[in-house]
Amino acid sequence: MRILRGPVGMTAMSNAEAEGSIPSNAAVAVRNLHKRFGALEVLKGISLTAREGDVVSIIGASGSGKSTFLRCINLLEIPSEGRLWVSGEEVHLKPGKDGNLVPAQPRQVEHIRARLGMVFQSFNLWAHLTVLQNVIEGPVHVLKMPRAEAVVRAEVLLQKVGLYEKRHQYPSFLSGGQQQRAGIARALAMDPKVILFDEPTSALDPELVGEVLRVIRTLADEGRTMLLVTHEMSFARDVSSHVVYLHQGLVEEEGPPQQIFGAPISARCRQFVLGSIAA
Amino acid sequence: MTIFELIGFGPNGWGLAMLLATAMTIALALCGFSIGCVIGVAVARAKLSKSRLAVVMADFYTTVLRGVPDLLVIYLFYFGLSQFLSGTVTFWCADGGFLLGLLQPSAITPGLCGSRGFIELPRFLIGSLALGVVSGAYQAEVFRGAYGVLSRGQIEAAKAVGMSPFLMFRRIIAPQVLGYAIPGLANVWQLTLKESALVSVIGLVEILRQSQIAANSTFKPFYFYVVAGSLYLAITAVSTYGFSRVEQHSLRGIRRA
Repeated sequence: MRILRGPVGMTAMSNAEAEGSIPSNAAVAVRNLHKRFGALEVLKGISLTAREGDVVSIIGASGSGKSTFLRCINLLEIPSEGRLWVSGEEVHLKPGKDGNLVPAQPRQVEHIRARLGMVFQSFNLWAHLTVLQNVIEGPVHVLKMPRAEAVVRAEVLLQKVGLYEKRHQYPSFLSGGQQQRAGIARALAMDPKVILFDEPTSALDPELVGEVLRVIRTLADEGRTMLLVTHEMSFARDVSSHVVYLHQGLVEEEGPPQQIFGAPISARCRQFVLGSIAA
Repeated sequence: MTIFELIGFGPNGWGLAMLLATAMTIALALCGFSIGCVIGVAVARAKLSKSRLAVVMADFYTTVLRGVPDLLVIYLFYFGLSQFLSGTVTFWCADGGFLLGLLQPSAITPGLCGSRGFIELPRFLIGSLALGVVSGAYQAEVFRGAYGVLSRGQIEAAKAVGMSPFLMFRRIIAPQVLGYAIPGLANVWQLTLKESALVSVIGLVEILRQSQIAANSTFKPFYFYVVAGSLYLAITAVSTYGFSRVEQHSLRGIRRA
């Protein structure tokens, strides 16, 4: 095992593994992750392990770095420091010109991303493709799945998220909730090891939130591994196996939902949770 | 002779000549526009890149080529390049002139390796290149603007699904940017089509040059210039229809207010 350089995050790690080694069933493991944008350090050393079947909710105030953290996992943001494993494979990062890290192998980044589903706050469906075409795009062109097979699988997924009838519509003709469910079907179509949800209901009208949360809950019940950045506290309490509270780029507290929402140790966490649930 | 005999396809008519000239105009404009398309995409990519040098070079390119008269570009390409190549050939003539003659027999006039070595360059090639570099400068701006309309989120979604940069360009970026770029591209196409008339100055017989010849030899300039105008209009009418069809297809997923 290699020993990690640099400071250890101020986190009270629930897992006892040494830095630089990860449990064999870790779907995602992050060690001492830092992210800087110029002089601004958004993430200040975060470590996290999501085992297979875990549903990890990441909560925290706006600007606490939770979205940036999620985006570092599928390398939409490249960490400035730290180490990252996805389904046991370490992502190779090397120092770049400006002192930040860069991917050592761009192809590896593509492979890693293909194994991680991502659901975005603003859906980000491809506007020139129908719902069905959005769902089969990755399987056909990235995974090289035969088109007919991809269509059959996509139709099953669209049934599941309740969009089968809308499969030939273009995204701009759908409601926000329908678009987000299409986004979830698109992520599922890649048969991902882990699904990352980046505030999936934050851009939705209140009456549309329920339909999307129902789909996410189904996935949790199926035992899928998920990382969920959310402001929906009661939902996080219900579906999560593990909750992480971020404050100013650090893990302030983490633990089972009963602890975080019932008896948080950190005063800040208690204040945040109480404030969010009251709101 | 009646006007119909003049512009008809009879033994004294100029119809066939005008038709061939029209084909030449279309071929020139198509080649120029296609070259411009390749240049335009490359320059737009440079403008959008993170490299400061690439951005500066691309800006320089579009500023200069949109800022000087197109006729100047054609002169520069045809006469300027000829002069440059002639100088080179004179220099090479001592030992390599024969070899160059073998490589490009059509481009080198007999007696080249004498005192006045003026190479006549292939006119069509030079004409379409000159049109292409100008057209490319305009198309670069069109593509850059159209790319700006595409939401960053869609690019991120493509990355997140594991697409390589090339796949992302082919499947997500190009189809949408093309749709947004169509109105601008249609404009550039019409510019390029009309600029092709300027290529007549290097002796290429396209619509304008042919109608000049016909007008001068029949003393009926009005007829032939009206015919020339109608031919240009016919081409633009057909292409406008074509562009609107492509636009409709490309933007089929976009809901308009």
